[in-house]
Amino acid sequence: MRPFEYASPITKEQAVGLLGTSWGQAEVLAGGTDLLSLMKDDVVHPKRLVNIKQIKEMSGVSVTPKGLRIGALTTLGELADNVNVVKDYPALAEAINDAASPQIRNMATIGGNLCQRPRCWYFRGGFGLLPKDESGKDLVAGGENRYHAILGNDGPAKFVSPSSIVPVLMAYGAEVRLIGPRGMRVVGLETFYVIPKTPTDREHDLRPNEILAEVILQPNHGMKVAHYEIRQKQAFDWPLAVAAVALTMNGQALFGSRVVLGYVAPIPWRSHDGEVALNKAARMHGGVTEEVAAAAADAALQGATPLSHNAYKVQVAKVALKRAIMKAVSQGAA
Amino acid sequence: MPDYNWPDAAHRTLIGKRTSRVDSPFKVSGRAKYTYDYHGANMLFGKVLRSPYAKAKIVSIDVSLAEKLPGVKAVEIIQKPGSTVAWAGDEIVAVAAVDEPTAEDAVRLINVKYQPMSYLVSDAEPPAGAGEAAGPMSEDDIDDAIGNQTPDAEVAKYLQEHGVSFKVDDDFLKDMQDEGASDAVLAAIRQATFHPVKGAGHSAYQKTAAQTSGDPDKAFAEAEVVSEGLYGAPVIVHCCLEPHGSVSEWTDKDHLFTHISTQNVSGIAGQMADPLGISAANIRIHQDNMGGGFGSKFAADRWDIAAARLSKKAGGRPVRMMLERDAELKVAGARPSAYARVKVAAKKDGTITGWQSQSWGTGGPGGGGMPPIPYVFSIANQHKEHIAIRNNIGPARAWRAPNHPQAAVITMGALDDLAAKLQMDPLDLWLKNLEITGPRRDVYREELAVAAGLMGWKDKWRARGQNVSGGIARGLGLSIHTWGGRGHASDCDLTIHPDGSVDVKMGTQDIGTGTRTTIVIVAAETLGIPIEAINLYIGDTLYPPSGGSGGSTTPGGVSSSTRRAAVDAREALFTKVAPVLNAQPQELECGNGTVRVKSDPSRSLDWKQACSKIGAMPLTARGHNDQVAGKNHPDLTNSGVGGVGMADVEVDTETGIVKVKKMVAVQDCGLIIDLKTAESSCYGALTMGISYALFEEKIMDQPTGRMLNPNMEFYRLAGLNDIPELVVHMMTGKGYDERGVIGLGEPPVISPGAAIANAVANAIGTRVSFLPITADKVLAALNQKSMTQKAGA
Repeated sequence: MRPFEYASPITKEQAVGLLGTSWGQAEVLAGGTDLLSLMKDDVVHPKRLVNIKQIKEMSGVSVTPKGLRIGALTTLGELADNVNVVKDYPALAEAINDAASPQIRNMATIGGNLCQRPRCWYFRGGFGLLPKDESGKDLVAGGENRYHAILGNDGPAKFVSPSSIVPVLMAYGAEVRLIGPRGMRVVGLETFYVIPKTPTDREHDLRPNEILAEVILQPNHGMKVAHYEIRQKQAFDWPLAVAAVALTMNGQALFGSRVVLGYVAPIPWRSHDGEVALNKAARMHGGVTEEVAAAAADAALQGATPLSHNAYKVQVAKVALKRAIMKAVSQGAA
Repeated sequence: MPDYNWPDAAHRTLIGKRTSRVDSPFKVSGRAKYTYDYHGANMLFGKVLRSPYAKAKIVSIDVSLAEKLPGVKAVEIIQKPGSTVAWAGDEIVAVAAVDEPTAEDAVRLINVKYQPMSYLVSDAEPPAGAGEAAGPMSEDDIDDAIGNQTPDAEVAKYLQEHGVSFKVDDDFLKDMQDEGASDAVLAAIRQATFHPVKGAGHSAYQKTAAQTSGDPDKAFAEAEVVSEGLYGAPVIVHCCLEPHGSVSEWTDKDHLFTHISTQNVSGIAGQMADPLGISAANIRIHQDNMGGGFGSKFAADRWDIAAARLSKKAGGRPVRMMLERDAELKVAGARPSAYARVKVAAKKDGTITGWQSQSWGTGGPGGGGMPPIPYVFSIANQHKEHIAIRNNIGPARAWRAPNHPQAAVITMGALDDLAAKLQMDPLDLWLKNLEITGPRRDVYREELAVAAGLMGWKDKWRARGQNVSGGIARGLGLSIHTWGGRGHASDCDLTIHPDGSVDVKMGTQDIGTGTRTTIVIVAAETLGIPIEAINLYIGDTLYPPSGGSGGSTTPGGVSSSTRRAAVDAREALFTKVAPVLNAQPQELECGNGTVRVKSDPSRSLDWKQACSKIGAMPLTARGHNDQVAGKNHPDLTNSGVGGVGMADVEVDTETGIVKVKKMVAVQDCGLIIDLKTAESSCYGALTMGISYALFEEKIMDQPTGRMLNPNMEFYRLAGLNDIPELVVHMMTGKGYDERGVIGLGEPPVISPGAAIANAVANAIGTRVSFLPITADKVLAALNQKSMTQKAGA
């Protein structure tokens, strides 16, 4: 076993102080459902593990005037069962219940879900986050890329962002609170995720000495939000594509929308093209019809640049989005 | 002579009834012990350094740092410098240490220098003109043919015609014998001519078969309809839930004790003896329960031999060597792929007249043989060519019904396409051609009727692509299959003690299929006592040898040997009891916990009283079943079954996702010992069938030479939500029961893949050529179809 230090701080400040200044020095341990397998497979080998589960204030869900505050240590199972989530953010509960298995949902935390590493088989097989062969050739582009990115894949990163829950959180307009040595900063989920350019970058804006402490969900003032996931298996499986949408409607009229795709790009993919097309088509048709949803889906995927074996994902993602839109529309007036 | 024959229906109290498995309570409560659970005193943990390259020469190996690491107790080089590793994951060095992390650290400290070589991991269609003429067989070719249970006659004929590429020695013959080669094949190897292969790297593509029978040219020239298509199934792996492995310990300097996860308890010691340099009699093999083998666990593997050697070096301490999940998927066996371009000739009324196929596939380094196509239907005029691809994906092993599921996918797919072209219901096409299915045609006819009824076929079936609504296409598909299943060689000792207790001892194994239950039912039925009264001992070389559990040979073997032992023991008991009941031994019978006079049941002793007449010493009888049919009088087992699989699927035409809605399996297997277990075997097979039809694939990557999905997230297996309504019907009664016991492990897993593939074609109106039927392939087939339609419009 590669030796590592194990620290179990009881405050956020202590935890931050135990983290390193560059990636690879320390890793944050919460549910452990991803990190421990990465360590056992020798894909990551931190010199120190910082167990944050003893930090009491990072658990639990509370209702505040600014919305729902979700401690990063809240397990997926707790979150899906939370009365406020079920009442005000039902699409989130649904997305969580679609993820993994009950056993994993009872261990995995929401913070860990947001920070989990890609499932790319080259990455998991030890070829790195931006896998290349010895001659520097891109392994994904020239290899088996059936599950890889179809959007945002023009750089060296071709994996897909692994959380099937983040798209719906983004649709709800969620933000995250990050704690670092100089205090706290709040970032929207959309800016939290970044596409890495070098092998030592991470898939998010978190700095090596920061901890994701909280997720904040703004009050839901009647948005119609839906999540739709397409996967090969009906049992526990990683999706082929995920779509989440939030619609602000008054009767038939659409006032605004947020459209997010998952499993299509190295980041959860907020599709402004899709939103513009959706809003425009809805105005033209006087409501959100099947044609309107299809037009939005076409627009969202118009810029797709599939790799050698994943063109089918363009179609799958379109269908996921179209169905998510129709699912949102069919919800009763909030 | 005692009457060994199976009791007739009127005299069966347990056989053919529904008995719950005797080991279920142990399994569901976690008390059942597997090899993985064995933890010997002072046990060491073994780990293996595996090749990162798909093909490379080992230049040097330096284990000095590993040997010096505290906690490391032994290091064993498996493949020496100069050897060539032929697949990623190939074993090079094994270590044993006080715990797993230390063993892993030791593996990382080993420095191996490789000279990488060019490799092939693809099994895509060979380029036109590829394929050298059939050459002599290599060691790998022969090993592969035996591993895949290629028919003896085929192997022998090939050896006679083409010879071997290496010098055959006694060691090789012994190895092949251990692998299960028959006497006929061993003789053919011995007599084969030696043809050295010139040049170092011969082609990966070898034409292994070009067979013509009848007059295919004429048949196709005269055909009223010709249907063409492409069909196939990829390499899949066994993915045993309990991985391969063993724990070996030397109980003294000459005696080895090995716990091993195996389908072949009685055969393992003989395989380990030679490489370890001790006699088989000095090796004890033990296994209580096994967590899945599916054909991949007949051998003492290289890692098992290494574990025994490590134990020796470590002073005899037990060494546990169980494969990690990724190693299990990478190296512990693969089912060969098979793909084919097929043409079928027919008359307008559906009579099949000709078959042409160009097939290819890989079984790893050995290439692999042609699956038995056309399957089940003996088409009079045929021409077949096959190219075996020798590549670096790791070796093939027998996978439940070797080569039959692939043959079914190809053949039943081609016939289903023919039916569509003829605008016929495939059920009618199958019925029309049953005459050419051979001796089981009437069984198929009965089974197809039963299956069609259970599926509601005639009500539900629509022509291709005609059952689409709201983006969901529904479809039905069918397939038929066959298997042998004669009982293997088996010895059974049954002992009746003077206090009435009964022991049954046999060196067989229960690989999760209900073998324990089968044995105790037969013993209890024969002695007229409850199954709880039988103490069963299996899974150890301390007990009489019984064959490996492969090819559906176990039920016939163990039930026959148990029946013979029980009848002989019963007769011996009658001899002791007869005087007490004032009767002749042949006037007695067992039943309902008594020994009684047949003609006057009031003259009886209860079982305990009867056994007290045995005397001071228990009595033991040995029952034997011979694997050769003619040597058993009477023969209690038989060979040759037929079965039907039907599938009802739903395809989301926008996403390409297939969901199976219902599966029907109708199967015969002669006399059924336990109806409940037999049905379970079919339920399991349907589940496995859904898995390989929709999800399973060993994904190999040419740039890295590695398997990309050696895990259980991307090597997908069906989960609970993927399993639909499963309907199983076992054929019993007249015409079936009197055939004797026939194995059931293989047959029901053969048809599901073909039936599901045909149901998908029926639903979406076009063929998805290759399993697994994933979203990408369905969408590509639908796009192709719509482009063809547009072009035609």
